Amino acid sequence: MMFRVAGLSVSYGGVAAVQDISLHVEAGSIAAVIGPNGAGKTTLLNAAMGVLPSTGTIEFDGTSIHAMDIETRVAAGISLVPELRNLFSTMSVADNLRLGAYRLRREGSAAAARAMDEIFETFPPLQRRKEQLAGTLSGGERQMLAMGRALMARPKLLMLDEPSLGLAPLIVRDLFAIVSQLRATGVGILLVEQNARAALRIADYAYVLETGRITLEGTDLADDPRIVEKYLGQKESKSLGGAPPPKPRHP
Amino acid sequence: MDASILLILVQDGLVNGAIYALLALSLVLVFTVTRVLFIPQGELVAFAALTYSTLAEGHVPASIFLLAGLGATACLRGLWDARATRNKYGKILFGTLGPPAVVVPLTLWLAPRHPGLAVSALLAVATVAPMAPALYRIAFAPLASASILTLLIAAVSVRFAMVGIGLVIFGPEGTRGIGFSDAFFTVGPLTIPGQAIWIWIVTFALMLALAIFFGRTLIGRALRATAINRLGAQLVGIPAEGAGRLAFTLAGAIGAISGVLVAPLTTIYYDTGFLIGLKGFVAAIAGGLVGYPAAVIAALAVGIVESVSSFWASAYKEVIVFTAVLPVLLVRSLLGPPSEHDE
Repeated sequence: MMFRVAGLSVSYGGVAAVQDISLHVEAGSIAAVIGPNGAGKTTLLNAAMGVLPSTGTIEFDGTSIHAMDIETRVAAGISLVPELRNLFSTMSVADNLRLGAYRLRREGSAAAARAMDEIFETFPPLQRRKEQLAGTLSGGERQMLAMGRALMARPKLLMLDEPSLGLAPLIVRDLFAIVSQLRATGVGILLVEQNARAALRIADYAYVLETGRITLEGTDLADDPRIVEKYLGQKESKSLGGAPPPKPRHP
Repeated sequence: MDASILLILVQDGLVNGAIYALLALSLVLVFTVTRVLFIPQGELVAFAALTYSTLAEGHVPASIFLLAGLGATACLRGLWDARATRNKYGKILFGTLGPPAVVVPLTLWLAPRHPGLAVSALLAVATVAPMAPALYRIAFAPLASASILTLLIAAVSVRFAMVGIGLVIFGPEGTRGIGFSDAFFTVGPLTIPGQAIWIWIVTFALMLALAIFFGRTLIGRALRATAINRLGAQLVGIPAEGAGRLAFTLAGAIGAISGVLVAPLTTIYYDTGFLIGLKGFVAAIAGGLVGYPAAVIAALAVGIVESVSSFWASAYKEVIVFTAVLPVLLVRSLLGPPSEHDE
């Protein structure tokens, strides 16, 4: 088991935001956490990354990382793409990516340049905007840059916080296709999403988080009638399975 | 006032303005990276000036013992904070006790042998610059997540402590340092002293070095990244505390160099630093505490306003300088609040 959380709780000033969460992510698989707004999904990821203090167990590759600060978790091979992206908006796209490889700085700038070329292959729009300031990018490009910056550190576990937020459906489809390709390279992915349909389509295992607790988990949640009714809706559920997603009128 | 007097005043203003520009740059750097308004920067300037003068006269400056005390305190603080992880002890010992371990014996040995001006200047910078990261470890790093106001109060307390210690170690008498050059150059109606040329050259070289550091190196970019988005920087593995320490180290070096440059211009007392630092602040604030070029231009303007007003109404010179920042602040606040940087 690569990444394991057990009995994790986070509270803000005495009020529990998430309670007694247990979940795990295997290498080369995608675990999704779905749930409504305010269920505690972002809190869960922030605690896993060390941005927020928490109680409980967090293990990565068999060792407890609970006491580690953010930088040490990054060095251990965990990357978080936060909900707000947190880009370096007044720096160029290339500089954002270079800094993504900060933890590998001893490998030299040639290695970073090669890694950057790989990112450009995955996200071609970034190459065209290489010298542009990150703050001038479109929403989709920002998400690509945030993911590209995280991948520059060659993480073993990639945590994605609402990657579809504010993006057009076509861009979401492309991004999620890239996420499922990443799985094939052996990266473990913890995907937190409000867009349950898109998340369940690529996830190997899924959890439902409601008011700070995991209420349901399993491999085939997309077929679970409770999920279909609550998160996917009757009509659209027909498009699940082999059928292509509905085409947006305009991206 | 005729044109030649104005020219002389402008020239004078540009000399002081260059020093204010260096201070403004270091204050902007420290503020953007750590959110600390580094009020004690002026004290570092004065301490460096007094240390330089004392050394140049062949005496041992007591500031080396302040450095040793700060280093030891910072070391204890660092070890206490690292007790959970236990793996950074070597780095902490080296970072906090290393500078005094080199500077104190070297100064004790060199000072009675009347080191030259260059050696005195280097020793003064080596004595005062490491005080800034030590102060960061002691007073500011433990408050890293506190509000800007809390950090400001901490900075004010550090300043009061530093001024008190300054009186103890340097005494109430002022000193004027020996200039690097007593040559004069005549350009038209102007007579430019060699010290002014020195100040301009060093200021320009420092700014160039900073520009290259921030624009071209990964560490420089990492500092900028921390200033732009602290969480984003932590998420790529840039340690917030390390970035803060580096910002303070650079600020300490810039403050110490400014002190050595300013020592020959005027008589420096243990508490002179406050007004010098405050003028750097006026410039930094006029530049919005974020922009480096804006801060430099504002600093040169502060220098010129100061020298012109000291000619017209010397009793009101400080009042005029500090009042001049009001309309600037008014315009800035009308133009809108500073951006939050986070999207």
